[in-house]
Amino acid sequence: MRDAVSTARRSPSIRDILIQAAIWSAVSLVALAFFWLLADLLRHGAQRLDWAFLTALPKNAGRDGGVAPILVSTLLIVAIAMALAAPLGLATAIFLSEFTRVGGRLARWTSLSLDVLAGTPSIVFGLFGSAFFSAFLGLGFSILSGGMTLACMALPILIRATEAGLRMAPGEWRLGAAALGVSRATLLWHVLVPAAAPSLAAGLMLGIGRAMAETAALIFTSGYVDRMPSSLFDSGRALSVHIYDLTMNVSGGDQNAYASALVLIILLIAANSLALWLSDRMFGQRITSS
Amino acid sequence: MTQADESRGADTHGAYTLKPLVAGPPCCEPKKLIGVEKLSLRYNGVPAFEDVSLDIYRGCVTALIGPSGCGKTSFLSSINRLSDLIPGCEVEGRITVDGENIRNPRADVQALRRRIGMIFQKPNPFPLSIRRNLEMPLKEHGVKIRAELDERVWRALADVGLWDEVKDRLDTPALALSGGQQQRLCIARALALRPDVLLMDEPCSALDPLASAVVEDLIASLRGRYTVVIVTHNLAQARRIANYAGFFWVKERAGALIEFDHCHRIFEAPRHELTAAYVGGRRG
Repeated sequence: MRDAVSTARRSPSIRDILIQAAIWSAVSLVALAFFWLLADLLRHGAQRLDWAFLTALPKNAGRDGGVAPILVSTLLIVAIAMALAAPLGLATAIFLSEFTRVGGRLARWTSLSLDVLAGTPSIVFGLFGSAFFSAFLGLGFSILSGGMTLACMALPILIRATEAGLRMAPGEWRLGAAALGVSRATLLWHVLVPAAAPSLAAGLMLGIGRAMAETAALIFTSGYVDRMPSSLFDSGRALSVHIYDLTMNVSGGDQNAYASALVLIILLIAANSLALWLSDRMFGQRITSS
Repeated sequence: MTQADESRGADTHGAYTLKPLVAGPPCCEPKKLIGVEKLSLRYNGVPAFEDVSLDIYRGCVTALIGPSGCGKTSFLSSINRLSDLIPGCEVEGRITVDGENIRNPRADVQALRRRIGMIFQKPNPFPLSIRRNLEMPLKEHGVKIRAELDERVWRALADVGLWDEVKDRLDTPALALSGGQQQRLCIARALALRPDVLLMDEPCSALDPLASAVVEDLIASLRGRYTVVIVTHNLAQARRIANYAGFFWVKERAGALIEFDHCHRIFEAPRHELTAAYVGGRRG
């Protein structure tokens, strides 16, 4: 055994070197793309980005001024989406992992529809939201219908992640609880859901990411009015819609588009860190390292 | 105390907080607690064991021995109706506890499982603190008063010899305990519910020899106070701790109870040829 190891050490073959080189260049390429993007954003957007930019109203169709109402609308839309998606997603994930058999017909059909939903282009969600929430339910162009549409979009990712987390819980816990005469509800609430909390948080992060980055689904539902919203029934422009509008429709809006994109990236990073911290903080004491 | 016991006590460097083996009262006048009549169990039509009849006596340790795959574990799980949870599992026959038919569909399964605790091969504490591992089932069964909860937690942990080891870290994760401690915690969790019966499915086989010895002494100390049914592959262990023993063997592709008797008779004067061959180490 020893000999085999030392011979392998002595002369790395040409093939090994080539494979290593290929892997390293792939990694560098991916990293480079991300850092290029970030550097580009920083170079163009950083000088515009200050406190005034975040707190001022947009002027001159967004060429000047800030993004205060857009920021508020974005946060409201995302908050509504997550507030709706989290309980629905958790409940569906519990249903899938605890009350259906793997490979059973119900589980198969639900999984299939979730996968199709996860791959559905966002513009389709936008049309659905516009037809159902805005027109049929009469919510019009509003932050509420935008949030609800995004909730529909975030659900598949959220359910998948949470379900995976719940399924990772060892069967011994379920058996042990049953043998102690502990009900399923108690087991779920005290053991399984806390154990799956990190997965739920990860799903929420992905969901928030998808929701914040969304443009197509929002144009038809929450609209593009850039005034400060006074209620959830008002139309509100999300950051991504703002960036799209400034780049495509407003000549000379590039500078502010860059600054807005930078704000969006910072928000995404902040949302990720918050979700991680929350799952640690709320469930960290209840669950252990495993 | 035998030589082996002494060296075992010395080797554990204080981790061994159980008192030396104290046997319960001998079962002079056996009183039937659980009666099993013509019990059969099938998984999707494939029999696991067939036509098993035996009586379990109150306060005694009953060991079930035999090779793997002869239905011992399935037999255990039909006594607390854990077999209900396995899809495709059918049970036939009669099981009575204190004369009451527990296979009655209207029987309260949760109450039954409180009364008949079960310990598994692999320790399965919940990913909670030591304290909450014991309190969660207690609360589920209606114990809400703080003083009583504390009392029961203390008593259960003391009964399994774990109190001194964990009293300063009751609120730390149970999964940080060693394997042997985890298994004793699981036994404590069952004892806290004040059961009559403990079903044990090879409780020592996932533990190292030292931890296994501690758990074995613990089971021996439960004799008299609890009725224990233990499945074990360790014949020497069965011989050391059991009052009664049942020998299972695969007969015509299904498990069957070949012989049931006082433990010493199974080992010293078996009536059946197969039993003699198995306990003598010639078959199995």
